[in-house]
Amino acid sequence: MYPSRFAYEAPKTLAEAIALLDANGGEAKVLSGGQSLIPMVKLRFASPELLVDINNIPGLDYMRIDEQGNLRIGALVRHEDLEHSTTLPATHPTLAAASHLVADPIVRTRGTFVGSLCHADPQGDWAATMIALGGRIVAQGPKGKREIDMREFVLGPFTNALAFNEIAVEAIVPPVKGKAAGSYLKLERRVGDFATASVAVALDMNGATVGRAGCALAGVGGRTIDANDAISVLVGKTLNAESIEAAAEAVAAAADPRTDHRGSADYKRHIVKTFVTRILNNIANSEQKAA
Amino acid sequence: MSLDEIKIGGMGASRRRVEDNRFIRGKGKYVDDVVLPGMLHMEILRSTVAHANIKSIDTSAAWEVPGVRLVLTGEMMAARNLAWMPTLSYDTQAVLATDKIRFQGQEIAAVIADDPYIAKDACAKIVVEYEQLPAITNPFMAQDPAMPIIRDDKENQPTNKIFDWEIGDKERTDQAFAEADVISTIDLHYPRSHPSPMENCGSIADYDRATGKLTVYMTSQAPHIVRAAVAMVAEIPEHQIRIISPDLGGGFGNKVPIYPGYVISILASILTERPVKWIEDKTGNLISTGFGRDVYLNGQMALRKDGKILGMRMHTISDHGAFYADAQPTKFKIGLMHSTFACYDVPAAHLTSEGYYTTKAPGGVAYRCSFRVTEAMFFQERMMHAAANDLGMDQAAFRRVNLVKDDMFPYRTAFGFLTDSGQYDKCMQVGMEAIGYDNFKAEQEEARKRGKLLGIGISTMTEPLGAGNSREYDIIGIKMFDSAELRVHMTGKAILRTGAKTQGQGHETTWAQIVAHELGIPADDIVVEEGDTDTAPFGMGTYASRSTPVAGAAVAMVARKIRAKARKIAAHLLEVSEEDIEWELGRFYVRGNQERGVTIQDCALAAYSNIPDGLEPGLENNAYYDPPNLTWPFAAYFCKVEVDAETGVWDVLQFVAVDDCGVRINPMIVEGQVMGGLTEAYAMANMQYITFDEEGNCIGANYMDYLLPTAWETPGFELHEVVTPCPHHPIGAKGIGECATVAGPAAFVNAVMNAIEHTGVRNVDMPLMPNRVYEALQTGKDVSGMPPVKVG
Ligand SMILES: Cc1cc2nc3c(=O)[nH]c(=O)nc-3n(C[C@H](O)[C@H](O)[C@H](O)COP(=O)(O)OP(=O)(O)OC[C@H]3O[C@@H](n4cnc5c(N)ncnc54)[C@H](O)[C@@H]3O)c2cc1C
Repeated sequence: MYPSRFAYEAPKTLAEAIALLDANGGEAKVLSGGQSLIPMVKLRFASPELLVDINNIPGLDYMRIDEQGNLRIGALVRHEDLEHSTTLPATHPTLAAASHLVADPIVRTRGTFVGSLCHADPQGDWAATMIALGGRIVAQGPKGKREIDMREFVLGPFTNALAFNEIAVEAIVPPVKGKAAGSYLKLERRVGDFATASVAVALDMNGATVGRAGCALAGVGGRTIDANDAISVLVGKTLNAESIEAAAEAVAAAADPRTDHRGSADYKRHIVKTFVTRILNNIANSEQKAA
Repeated sequence: MSLDEIKIGGMGASRRRVEDNRFIRGKGKYVDDVVLPGMLHMEILRSTVAHANIKSIDTSAAWEVPGVRLVLTGEMMAARNLAWMPTLSYDTQAVLATDKIRFQGQEIAAVIADDPYIAKDACAKIVVEYEQLPAITNPFMAQDPAMPIIRDDKENQPTNKIFDWEIGDKERTDQAFAEADVISTIDLHYPRSHPSPMENCGSIADYDRATGKLTVYMTSQAPHIVRAAVAMVAEIPEHQIRIISPDLGGGFGNKVPIYPGYVISILASILTERPVKWIEDKTGNLISTGFGRDVYLNGQMALRKDGKILGMRMHTISDHGAFYADAQPTKFKIGLMHSTFACYDVPAAHLTSEGYYTTKAPGGVAYRCSFRVTEAMFFQERMMHAAANDLGMDQAAFRRVNLVKDDMFPYRTAFGFLTDSGQYDKCMQVGMEAIGYDNFKAEQEEARKRGKLLGIGISTMTEPLGAGNSREYDIIGIKMFDSAELRVHMTGKAILRTGAKTQGQGHETTWAQIVAHELGIPADDIVVEEGDTDTAPFGMGTYASRSTPVAGAAVAMVARKIRAKARKIAAHLLEVSEEDIEWELGRFYVRGNQERGVTIQDCALAAYSNIPDGLEPGLENNAYYDPPNLTWPFAAYFCKVEVDAETGVWDVLQFVAVDDCGVRINPMIVEGQVMGGLTEAYAMANMQYITFDEEGNCIGANYMDYLLPTAWETPGFELHEVVTPCPHHPIGAKGIGECATVAGPAAFVNAVMNAIEHTGVRNVDMPLMPNRVYEALQTGKDVSGMPPVKVG
């Protein structure tokens, strides 16, 4: 595999990195984990003139909860950092569930959480979890920082809302009101396979009642499917057979799958419904156990 | 005083693989590691469409790219009579397309440049104008008179059919069906698959005008066949051609054929007078080089109520792609498909076959199998499964009624093969015990009550390995024997060369073990070399599990010739007549006086320093081995699965493999072969296939779509052995390299079917992807995997 000719810079500061992007007017690409960009360049699906490698910029590899309770994930946090976190399963079960299902163990050592969001692959796992969690992206450009809601960040397949001279420096997950519940289920044919269909559900539970409800889907549309509105039928309700059925129906209706070699559109929609049901049943069952 | 055979690394020693010393250190030397002075780099431009007339090819912009030395098109190849080349099945294949594109990925032009990046840049600048024709992605479309003729380059090719072929006794078989109580049928597609070795194909051609010698480093499983073919095609005398096949990163049949890239690199080297390296990329390998399978298998079985098989019929419709390039013994148009049912006592059988061109990549290679034996045995075991169900008989009991009994050997199959040994029922018993077969029905019922779908599947088979005997087996006229050459040096160390070509099988380890067994020279004192046609004796290469049955036998035979000469030297050293000499491992001694003896090393030294009068000095020889028959290993596999009814996802709960490959030279390597084969079998059953959409686009052109299983999802396998020595092989060994890929898939599929067939479904085509299993559960109807895949 032989990419076309490109230049390579590895700046030591964000300011330099942004200046390089700015000076190259859209012909430059940020390189973080390289787990999507390098294959694209290798296959010549992308032929950037300049790669701006941000791996040497210090201070971007943090994952912490701030005073307001926001989870902040820096641009150089790798998939495996989330996977190996001991606190995430309790604070953010949706992220924890997905962390084992993103790519394969090798890719997870290098690929970054933020890079995956920027890549905006319709089959990408993290974007679905972030939309379900109501997360935001912090973009930094020559004029400073701005925050972009994940629902507005993914514009289409492989297209995000960043300007050519902006770097996504951080992802933010807002605090949970009540108790965090949720999960991520993915139908994959093999480890490292992209999703045939997958479902991210994130709920804020007030006792047995659903406070906030978030949901997004991967693999079943031309971009990550925002199913937050669909799952909002649960808000203010308890989880029971009836409410779960209604939510699963609504989410499945939001999916927009295509028939291909991985299965028919109907099959994929059915998987979405099955997975929503399974996740909600599990939450309901563990609520019962806790009570 | 005799040596401990295990200690010297002889037969039965699980000796560590000596080749791994370099492989695990990254010190293997593959074609791509070879760098020659002044070497240029070649890239191939491939067609983006499946079927089209070529209106024009404009290479002018490519020539303009700095660093480009040569741009070759079909027209330029044609000027040298090289636009087409012969295939191993007496057809022709385009080297670079001149008239028409016949599959997506077909070679259109080649750029030779100072580095591969430049060559790739220049390829992108070649403009090809196509006039699209309809894609033909299965043989049934190919039969449609409204479809264009794919091979309009050929005379006498008025349709897309390649051949009709039959074997067996139609009348006797019809008679059996007339007498049957029950007739069972099955309809299957064994999907197209690709061997996908880790290392792609490639070559470095180095033509030296001063000496007239052509040296080609090449990823070939059969370098001597390549030398012969190049001599015929390129009109370079055979002694001036040297093919070197260095370390190979896997082959699995993919590196048997001769590919356009090899031929183009040779011409490019002749024209540029520089070495030219061509290394294919993964997509190039997957979309253009030899695939396996792609056959529609239809059959019926005539049965008596008590379970006895009276006869079977089989009809195959095979999809060979755009060129009939199957690598197989010439006499048999559809490989050894007629080995089907060889382990069962079937009085009458008849096989009919049709082959078709389609607009897909050519190949039809024996992907880890002995020439379509995989399809034959898959068909057999799926047919057996259906028949047992139709009879209302237990799967194991039905097989045990019909398996050839130990006292029936040698057994002549209805299609004419002679199987010679085995303990089939014993293998069944070992397997049934290990999987807890007798408890399974209760387990299954209990699980059903909890809403779980369990299934069990069996697959048993014997397969013809080790082609072949020269009466019946040749490839384009060259008989399928093999060879070994052994030189014992003065200090008792040795070098062994054979006409086979290891590509992961571990010949460097096991051949030395055979010599150790025959001569008592420690295996560590023997170096094994293969793959260089200037040094290795002529051989047909490694595929179809033929190395141990054929070349391995030659190794034993050449060692015995050495021993015979050493015996003469020993007699001389011990001052007795040859008749008074006895042999024990590693040593000759005087009959009646075991103390008085000389070692094989003593004899080696004497061969160079103290030769008896009348004997030639030196201790070396060679052997060409033409096997009297094929070898017939047996496998009995048992698989237990659980199917998730809501998603169609299935998991393997237990897998038991019982293999009888005769005497095991290196048990650890045998186990490795079985594990690897079962992993590929699991892949075939579950995920690994190539298909096409309605436009003829290849789905499976990269590892995102062409799924190879990883350690993560591959189930554990429990291995068991039964040993029935091969009666005609010098060391009693049978082939093992492919048993698991051949017998494995049906075990998985039968298990899944067993879990879901209460819905009425009889067949789901491989791979049993969750969506297909779910569909079968929902509809109770068969699920076909025939391309094209609908998208949208
Ligand atoms: C074998 C394999 C299997 C995979 N399987 C999966 C899977 O199952 N699920 C899944 O979700 N993903 C999968 N991936 C993709 C993987 O998760 C990638 O790591 C991820 O999508 C991209 O993250 P990265 O850090 O590697 O980004 P890169 O590859 O470096 O960049 C990706 C894109 O985002 C841009 N970018 C990256 N970081 C920034 C930033 N901070 N600011 C602005 N732009 C940025 C780049 O310019 C580029 O366009 C797989 C990858 C491989 C190789």
